[in-house]
Amino acid sequence: MKNDYFYIPQLARRKRQEKRFKLIAKSALLFSVLFLIFFLADMFIKGYSAFSQTYIKVPVNINTKTVEMSHMAIDRKKYSFAVSRAWLRDIPKMLEQNPSWMNTDEERWVLASANVDQYIKSNHNKLTQEQIQLIDHMKSEQKVEKRFNKLFFAKGDSKIPEYSGFMASIIGTVLTMIVTMLLAVPIGVMTAVYLEEFAPDNKFTQIIEVNMNNLAAIPSILFGLLGLAVFINLFGVPRSSPLVGGMTLALMSLPVIIVSSKAALKAVPSSIRQAGFALGLTKWQITRDHVIPLAAPGMLTGSIIALAQAMGETAPLIMVGMIAFIPDIGSSFTEAATVMPAQIFTWAGMPERAYIERTAAGILVLLGILLSLNAVAIYLRNKYSKSW
Amino acid sequence: MLNIKVKTENLKLWYGKKLALDGVSLGIYENKITALIGPSGCGKSTYLRCLNRMNDLIDGIRIEGKVIINGRDIYAPEVDEVSVRKKVGMVFQQPNPFPKSIYDNVAYAPLMHDMVKKGKACDLLVEKALKDAGLWDEVKDILNKSGTNLSGGQQQRLCIARAIAVEPEVILMDEPTSALDPISTQVIENLMTRLKEKYTIIIVTHNMQQASRISDTAAFFHLGKLIEHNKTEKIFLEPEEEMTEQYITGKFG
Repeated sequence: MKNDYFYIPQLARRKRQEKRFKLIAKSALLFSVLFLIFFLADMFIKGYSAFSQTYIKVPVNINTKTVEMSHMAIDRKKYSFAVSRAWLRDIPKMLEQNPSWMNTDEERWVLASANVDQYIKSNHNKLTQEQIQLIDHMKSEQKVEKRFNKLFFAKGDSKIPEYSGFMASIIGTVLTMIVTMLLAVPIGVMTAVYLEEFAPDNKFTQIIEVNMNNLAAIPSILFGLLGLAVFINLFGVPRSSPLVGGMTLALMSLPVIIVSSKAALKAVPSSIRQAGFALGLTKWQITRDHVIPLAAPGMLTGSIIALAQAMGETAPLIMVGMIAFIPDIGSSFTEAATVMPAQIFTWAGMPERAYIERTAAGILVLLGILLSLNAVAIYLRNKYSKSW
Repeated sequence: MLNIKVKTENLKLWYGKKLALDGVSLGIYENKITALIGPSGCGKSTYLRCLNRMNDLIDGIRIEGKVIINGRDIYAPEVDEVSVRKKVGMVFQQPNPFPKSIYDNVAYAPLMHDMVKKGKACDLLVEKALKDAGLWDEVKDILNKSGTNLSGGQQQRLCIARAIAVEPEVILMDEPTSALDPISTQVIENLMTRLKEKYTIIIVTHNMQQASRISDTAAFFHLGKLIEHNKTEKIFLEPEEEMTEQYITGKFG
């Protein structure tokens, strides 16, 4: 060995160092991947059961008397623990759609109560031994079935767990994000274009730029306070509304959009601008037709990621009252509304088992939307990025 | 009869506090190729960029003196730098086509200057510019392909076509062949010799052979000063200044 022409004494040690570093780096990667998998799997295991809901077949007696006192429609002694109060409450509404139900006394599929639902899903429940026997008996007669939980995607929050849904907060998020997008994207992109392409490079613009970066690092709850102080107290924007929530989130995503758009503009080679100037084009022509098209994929990606971040934001919305009990699906920008993460937050504080699974299901829906938004961002960036 | 197209009078330029051009007075003849030579940092590129006011884009520069093109001082307050650059085109060291189609590369600026309308007239203008740049035969079937897919030499000729499509009178070239191989360089040199019938060409080059091959007059710069300006054969064969001779024979630079 020692006589080998290519022998270097410490080579083995140098190689060992490299190996050790690689091992540490790999285990760090493994650790983070495991953590992610654990988190997602936990959410999935807890949440997937919320996408189905138990229905049971019980005799329902509908007549003029029970329409007014709907809890009388079923055999109270036998079934009141098993049938959802919300379903009984809805009998008059269902009767409007199905007038033929009047003066009938027959077996119908009705929404089961949360306790029965949890028993069927073999989760913790408060059923007594007797009640369990009854449900088991009904099950053997095939009077119990699990269906896709349409209510979860059709209703707002409810104090009756089996009747509570995610839709009000999905719509709330959509309305809020429309406001955020309409405000933050144009203002952010135009600010970035001005700062990067037109503004002179002096002390003043340098200070603005430094503070722009600082702004991106400000705790989001402070933006909520600002929204509360300025938008609600000063301008009188209705509190809890998608309008005020969207404006607050726009404040928060502005610096992110500006910083990422500026980076996208900076990445456009200056030779493109030089070429334009040398042809006697004005700055605006060059910016509009050559620089912005090249920077657009980057600006788009930055904006989508900023909006996705805003979509998952809860803290600033606490301050403007969007953590609220919203049973109805909103349709305007000024009505009270809630958003997905706020709904998750509300449910997470509830003791019933049915809310726990809804919390996890809500997280799955939110994560799904965020991941697809990011996928769209990556797709757009790859599709429109040009080489030069 | 030699006509002076571009003239500078005691041109001085400061980058911040640093004096980069120290009183350059130079007359450049119409329809000739003038080569600006000199060691790196001597101010020849800076001088070139004064002639189409590209230096205006840099913050913190100050210019004194006059640049007279066609009898007008281009730094006069009533003259807009955009209109100067329409008359004085420029080709850069690195080919920098727009990441657009070959057609759009050439057609964009004339359309913006309202020289033609979209359609037949524009097609003809693109064809003429590409023919003048000696690129037409190679790209006539791929006009919709991106200009950035061409080879380096083709890209540079595309940039020349793009510059002459605006119909300037003076073309500035800042080391146009330094990023190209010898074959492409030769093609572009031949092209320049052809183009000087129509345009006044000013070229910055580090390549002495190139300067002696193509230029009619040459100007030697050193440390921001114009040392010598004369016919090319004079500069290369019997320079008047000792410094010029030293530079040309490779004793420094």
